[in-house]
Amino acid sequence: MNAGMETYSAFNLLRHALSGHRNWPASWRSPQLKSRYDVVIIGGGGHGLATAYYLAKEHGITNVAVLEKGWIGGGNTGRNTAVTRSNYFYPESTRFYEHSLKRYETMGRDLNYNIMFSQNGIISLATSRHDMEIYRRWVTSIQLQGVDCEVLSRDAIAEKVPLLNVSASARYPIYGGFLQSRAGISRHDAVAWAYARAASALGVDIVQNCEVTGIQVSDGSITGVQTCLGDIRTDKVASAVAGHSSLVAAMAGVSLPIVSQCLQAMVTEPVKPCFDHVVICPAVHCYLSQSDRGELVIGGGADTHPSYGQRGSLPSTEAVLSAVVELYPAFSRLKLMRQWGGTVDIAPDSSPIVSTTPVTGFYISTGWGTGGYKAIPAGGETLAHTIVHDQPHPLVEPFSLDRFARGRLIDEGAAAGVAH
Amino acid sequence: MHIIDCPWCGPRSEDEFSCGGQSHITRPADPAATSDTDWAGYLYTRDNPRGLHFERWRHTFGCRQWFNVARDTVTHEIHAVYRMGDPRPDVGGAGS
Repeated sequence: MNAGMETYSAFNLLRHALSGHRNWPASWRSPQLKSRYDVVIIGGGGHGLATAYYLAKEHGITNVAVLEKGWIGGGNTGRNTAVTRSNYFYPESTRFYEHSLKRYETMGRDLNYNIMFSQNGIISLATSRHDMEIYRRWVTSIQLQGVDCEVLSRDAIAEKVPLLNVSASARYPIYGGFLQSRAGISRHDAVAWAYARAASALGVDIVQNCEVTGIQVSDGSITGVQTCLGDIRTDKVASAVAGHSSLVAAMAGVSLPIVSQCLQAMVTEPVKPCFDHVVICPAVHCYLSQSDRGELVIGGGADTHPSYGQRGSLPSTEAVLSAVVELYPAFSRLKLMRQWGGTVDIAPDSSPIVSTTPVTGFYISTGWGTGGYKAIPAGGETLAHTIVHDQPHPLVEPFSLDRFARGRLIDEGAAAGVAH
Repeated sequence: MHIIDCPWCGPRSEDEFSCGGQSHITRPADPAATSDTDWAGYLYTRDNPRGLHFERWRHTFGCRQWFNVARDTVTHEIHAVYRMGDPRPDVGGAGS
């Protein structure tokens, strides 16, 4: 890796043990904001940091600033449930998310950072005969694209998820389901830190506590960015801010087909290993996994009204938890430790928008909605390409902003997993 | 958690309602003469403000009537409830 960065290895771990681990260098630099950058990226979450990394690594553009109004990874990157999968229905989506999943598989080595990626597989549950019929079609579509996926019988699921109530008298009877075994969970903070460290080592400036207050456009082209730490001259600005996409785009005079809503997640007290997979039940809006710390991580549907509040609505919490205790009666005794919300940017077709815009030099990555975490590597890689070439990377060409006027929507409302 | 004052049924829990998104959207008068971009704008582009938002709600599990709500998308405070067809009330403050 880069000379400015100390490699994480068993040897260096031992070497630093000799000095009591007091001399590890900072993982990334904390530079002063400069007055001129080639590219300014707004938003220091996974997507923004990955974009900066790929700009430097793949395209040799290192005079790049990532501006973060809070701390890196403190938005949706640190609020999601850390699931990575590629079991989408439409070829455009499967191709994109499969590329991302492959990047996750090698991210630890590529970035010299342990992201604790456990490919424990994701199981989607069917609670009716009709669910099973659509799952067979869904699985076939995924298999045809060369991605691993298989239909599971009820008995196979009962064996893999012993705590699931599969009895005939269950409130939500289990008919079967499908499995993507390469899907998994990882440590979401580590993904942000890994990209930050690697990007910083390549010369990218990561500036935290730096809120963008304006974007300067002259004759339809980007000329600069105003921030609370001073003005920046630049020709290229990319927005990777998720929930606040509409506000940032409006600074450049661009309107978006995005609505911001709250998506909640919660964790129980830690218990011994008892839950080996990510299990999602789309019919009742809940999914579950067990973290390496032993907590059960619970997610569900988004709140149904627009919100920037970053806190969940009680009816949604209640609906998710009611589903959890019906599906897994044993978990009814667990204490809930924490519950939180993130502001997600939802497009009309539940698919992302990675795109150029009507303003020259202004690029957007938005619409990740409820599933942006899994897309971090591919989202960053394709946005970087789009910035450099001023046209979309082939993987995100179908996800351009103009698809709404062309009527080429990619309706992934179902593959997004739960109704949002 | 919202308590929403339905114009017909009075204050009820958020549980009973569905949010229908941004209100006061006008359908282009002559669709055939509207460009694809403008039509897409009508269908999909939304204000999505951080702050005051004028939106439609329906009392789905009550009287099933639609009505408008002026609500803050950060604090979730409801500033006004008014009927479909009524103009935007002046409730002070503005979305950003």
